[in-house]
Amino acid sequence: MSESMNTKLEDRREFLKTGAVVAGVTLGPGVLLYSVAHSRAPEEGASGKQRWGMLIDTTKCGDGCNDCVTACNTENGLSGHTGPQDSQWIRKVDIRDLRTGYVQSLPMMCQHCENAPCVDVCPTGASMKRADGIVLVDRHSCIGCRYCMMACPYKARSFVHEPLTDQNPEVPRGKGCVESCTFCVQRVDRGESPACVEACEAKGHKAMIFGDLKDPESEVSKALKSTDSVEVRADLALNTGVRYQGI
Amino acid sequence: MAKLAGYLRAGLRPGLRFIVFLGASALLAVPSFEAAAGVNLPKLEKGKGEKCVEDTATMRRNHMDLLKHHRDDTLRRGIRTTQHSLKGCVECHAGSKTGSVASSKEDFCVACHLYTGAKPDCWDCHATKPGKRPVNQAAQPTASPLMPSHGGSQ
Repeated sequence: MSESMNTKLEDRREFLKTGAVVAGVTLGPGVLLYSVAHSRAPEEGASGKQRWGMLIDTTKCGDGCNDCVTACNTENGLSGHTGPQDSQWIRKVDIRDLRTGYVQSLPMMCQHCENAPCVDVCPTGASMKRADGIVLVDRHSCIGCRYCMMACPYKARSFVHEPLTDQNPEVPRGKGCVESCTFCVQRVDRGESPACVEACEAKGHKAMIFGDLKDPESEVSKALKSTDSVEVRADLALNTGVRYQGI
Repeated sequence: MAKLAGYLRAGLRPGLRFIVFLGASALLAVPSFEAAAGVNLPKLEKGKGEKCVEDTATMRRNHMDLLKHHRDDTLRRGIRTTQHSLKGCVECHAGSKTGSVASSKEDFCVACHLYTGAKPDCWDCHATKPGKRPVNQAAQPTASPLMPSHGGSQ
């Protein structure tokens, strides 16, 4: 190989290197801008311009897979026990067609209804819906009457029967209050998706899509527009934030 | 006491009544004087940060109002500022021995609340120790941001 050829090759290498660096820089701020535009400033607060929701594809949900439940327990500091007095914020439900024997598995949790029955019945205003559609319990004013548990058609709420210690600093929980799925509100406010969704994606099932229902460009909105999805107990006209596909 | 009241009703001489009054006040005054002398101010460990989020006098008198205001803002309105968050208190004031603000009588929150006779129930639900976010082994951080929408609707 001649010397001039070598020099040319060197030059080419240098050019590629520089090009890569320039591309990296361009990509850097692009990514930064993207993430800034997509997460809220801490002082901004939840806004009615958004509504958080989820689409669950039951055909992709793994039979016997429990990763969403485990992730929820870890994130929110739940014991993971499934006794009648244990808190379960999300549970795997198996449904079987009695005629054909076809079995489906799906995760069931708080459906974050627009017209939430738990909010309607709460005597103290503790059961509440945030501006962005996330249904929460304000434990500061919850008196533990459990009306909301009766009212919920999805059996989504649990009552804490025993004193707790060593809670997750971001998820305060205690005896005498009702609790349920919060869509991992502490994560959502940071710009992340709920723990169950992350776990499902990490497992490779991708059965859960989380996002803003009011944004036509969000992944969940696009998926909802292009597929047939249903609300569970649609007859109650609650306009749930969680919708299912394939049931 | 009944006998004394009887004498008073019967009408003691003014001088004698004064002496009885003095004796009674002395008896009443002694225990409270002893109590005041016997209670030591709580010795509080210095916080980890450089200075508190407000000056000491304001914090002593108003920390409960600041916390209450902040809790409603955070829970109900989704405002996540850290200036007056309880988590912030815990991170700075957790004791060096217990690593907590409320595990022993010397810990920051408990020491003062014991002295003032206040019994807040914050620690029934809130963590008393600063902690890291739990890491879910199965789930790795996802590359694609699942957060919503574009800037316009935020």
